[in-house]
Amino acid sequence: MIPRLELHNITKSYPGIVANEDISLSIQRGEVHAVLGENGAGKSTLMKIIYGAAQADSGEIYCDGKRIEAHNPAISRSLGIEMVYQHFALFESVSVVENIALAIKGVFDLDRLAAEIKTLSARYGMPIDPHRRVHDLSVGERQRVEIVRCLLQSPKLLILDEPTSVLTPQAVVKLFETLRQLASEGCSIVYISHKLDEVQELCDTATVLRNGRVTGVARPKETTSLELARMMVGSQLPEMHVSPSVPSEKPVLEVRGLSAPARDEYGTELTNISFDVHGGEIVGLAGVSGNGQAELIALLSGERTHSRSETILIGGRPSGHLGAGERRKLGMAFVPEERLGRGAVPPHCLWENALLTAHRTGLVRKGLVERGQARDFARRIIDRFKVKANGPQSSAQSLSGGNLQKFIVGRELTLEPKLLLVSQPTWGVDVGAAAFIRQTLVDLSRAGAAVLVVSEELDELFEICDRLLVISNGRVSPPLIRKQTNREEIGLLMTRVGHGEARRSEVALEN
Amino acid sequence: MRLRIEQRPEPSAQMRIAAPVIATALTFLAGSVLFAALGYDPLITLHAFFVAPLNSINGLSEWLLKASPLILIACGLAVGFRANIWNIGAEGQLIIGAIAACGVGLFYPNPESPLLLPLMFLAGTGAGMVWAAIPAFLRARMNTNEILVTLMLTYIATLLLSFLVHGPWRDPAGFNYPQTALLPPAAMFEPFDYAYRLNPSVFITAVAVVLMWLFADRSFLGYKMSVSGAAPLAARYAGFRESSAVWTGLLAGGAAAGIAGMAEVAGPLGQLSPQISPGYGFAAIIVAFIGRLNAFGIVLGGLLMSLLFLGGETVQMTLGLPAALTRIFQGVLLFFLLAADFFIYYRLRHIPEHA
Ligand SMILES: Nc1ncnc2c1ncn2[C@@H]1O[C@H](COP(=O)(O)OP(=O)(O)OP(=O)(O)O)[C@@H](O)[C@H]1O
Ligand SMILES: [Mg+2]
Repeated sequence: MIPRLELHNITKSYPGIVANEDISLSIQRGEVHAVLGENGAGKSTLMKIIYGAAQADSGEIYCDGKRIEAHNPAISRSLGIEMVYQHFALFESVSVVENIALAIKGVFDLDRLAAEIKTLSARYGMPIDPHRRVHDLSVGERQRVEIVRCLLQSPKLLILDEPTSVLTPQAVVKLFETLRQLASEGCSIVYISHKLDEVQELCDTATVLRNGRVTGVARPKETTSLELARMMVGSQLPEMHVSPSVPSEKPVLEVRGLSAPARDEYGTELTNISFDVHGGEIVGLAGVSGNGQAELIALLSGERTHSRSETILIGGRPSGHLGAGERRKLGMAFVPEERLGRGAVPPHCLWENALLTAHRTGLVRKGLVERGQARDFARRIIDRFKVKANGPQSSAQSLSGGNLQKFIVGRELTLEPKLLLVSQPTWGVDVGAAAFIRQTLVDLSRAGAAVLVVSEELDELFEICDRLLVISNGRVSPPLIRKQTNREEIGLLMTRVGHGEARRSEVALEN
Repeated sequence: MRLRIEQRPEPSAQMRIAAPVIATALTFLAGSVLFAALGYDPLITLHAFFVAPLNSINGLSEWLLKASPLILIACGLAVGFRANIWNIGAEGQLIIGAIAACGVGLFYPNPESPLLLPLMFLAGTGAGMVWAAIPAFLRARMNTNEILVTLMLTYIATLLLSFLVHGPWRDPAGFNYPQTALLPPAAMFEPFDYAYRLNPSVFITAVAVVLMWLFADRSFLGYKMSVSGAAPLAARYAGFRESSAVWTGLLAGGAAAGIAGMAEVAGPLGQLSPQISPGYGFAAIIVAFIGRLNAFGIVLGGLLMSLLFLGGETVQMTLGLPAALTRIFQGVLLFFLLAADFFIYYRLRHIPEHA
């Protein structure tokens, strides 16, 4: 049988780095093929080459036995190749349906398309409201839009670059059902993920990349995840040490009856939220994305201020009215969920991005930037967190997704905060680095810092948190002790209909 | 064969240097065709445009004299442009600066005081900043669009100037011309040589260029502004106030334009009249962009722009070229300059046809 896709000797280099070297692989019709590898192994680069969004320096691509020569995304789409990018490629200022319409060829009828999106997305377990502006969507919601956009086209070859990194477990189950269905109809799927259990569940075959080269092939269903991990990382995985927590006497972060109106008609209103985070403990905030996490974290980080200062206390000080800079002076640090454009300035290089939040640590003297010191600071992050980059001079946007995440987390951890807020700490980070980041979070808290982790990944929360909160429809549950609760209880709280009120778009669509 | 445009993996360093050279060559080519088509000898015209104006000491003096305000204002504007703060009303800020400086020069009780010039400098700076503070306040507090507000304030400044020179400030001994009395000598920069008009105010521009370089390349404030421009959400994340970028950007532009206005009245003009600037405030916007918002580039951009002003006058006077033609030629050069920049970030690639 002629394979759906064949790659022959693909090589691609960027200045100072060979991202893909002599890669060959072939994928049959209906095959679900995983591409595995550490951060910066070259997975996204290879996918962009297949899709035509980047050009290989040498090598050949065959689709259904025919060589693709002049390649670009439009040609891919006409061949039935669709791709979900790791860093989403959506137009911020227009609505979901308009975004999807732009990717569809031929004439379209916006109202019909909107209706189609609504039913299809609900069926796939990824409800989205077609009329919302992308600008207002959380990353989890954006990911749903990207996936639905591709599914709408009934592709022949579907490329998914970490599609589940910010999806809830329920949505992942539904997505897998859909993907299996697609595969049984003959659609080939290339699947990238750092979550090995997903790969084992879904994928028939796997290609492992390291430093841009193919280092192995495997049948994930017949291989243990430990073996897969070893193939990827090439060494033993570190083991987690979670020592018992000794909470400080007084809480470092106190939230007292925090309510805030929604930012716009699609935002979530926060209602009477109260909780504490003590020094020495990690508190997790679980919930389906779009339930008020974005609003709450913006209020806690100071990106949005609150008129009543005593609703948020940091180290006992009323701080609701303080901006992000002032809260950082009180010892706060923060890792946001969007890394490009919020946690880092894409065109700026790494030492400049280190300056973004580390400028208080002696990197600025008499109003002038101490470039040497800033470079050293960036270099320390790169070394300690094993960020794969050319050096402090590489731009943030040239880093692979996971490496930029490591850099941002590393920067905030290096500030040795008294209070650390983290959204999706290990989003897109490979297994080895994820374990390292989790361990560093635990160590930071055991050294006395208060840590609040917002994540959709329950496994992660259960691994590192001492107490768990659940946010649903803008309300936060009373704290649950990790050791006395389980995934079912949390799952139930996550999808609970908020106190008799009709839930907004999310659940209305889900039902 | 087909051609395709694609983004370079990283900006090309060679193109960065080659772009202005290519643009100049293309302009000479296009200009020659244009001049020849209209019956003017291209070589003589180009010579008159670019060489003749600089052939004499007076020409060189005029060249620097005109480049100085352009460079000064462009430096101030670039501070804001780096943070996407669009002050396009430097012309108005220049006029207000000139009015304030001239007011001090005319009405200060002791016309011989050595303090006169420094006071005028302060008045010009302050007035330019006040004029820029209005859009800054409105943008920071009410989120108005600074492009509109700065532009409209330029019209107000122009009319205010017109009112003053036609009315209360008109020189009683001036045969009813709409202009003020001449400033006393102590209120004027003394030219380096009385045969030429170039005066020490060029040193102010030199200082501004150094400050601009320090600001953009070395200062933390400049860094914060560039974060605001490149990623507003990251600026908010880091706790850099948007309002401080707005204030810094607009005030820097206002101060620079106000000083330029002061240097004009205290230099070549010596008095106010309805037309005190040949559009320095607007041309400086182009200078800032040709200079890619950095200090060294702005100096080159200002010198080029000034030469275009002079060359345009020369060809009109010596060869009788229509004014519109000189403007077209100037436009073509700027067009090629900005268009050539495109190839620093993008390249053309040959693509074989489908087999
Ligand atoms: N535009 C670019 N300019 C320079 N270097 C780049 C660029 N894009 C990618 N790279 C480099 O190529 C290498 C491979 O990156 P790629 O994004 O393919 O990694 P990845 O396997 O997808 O990693 P991750 O799991 O973190 O997403 C990295 O070292 C990265 O720094
Ligand atoms: Mg990737």
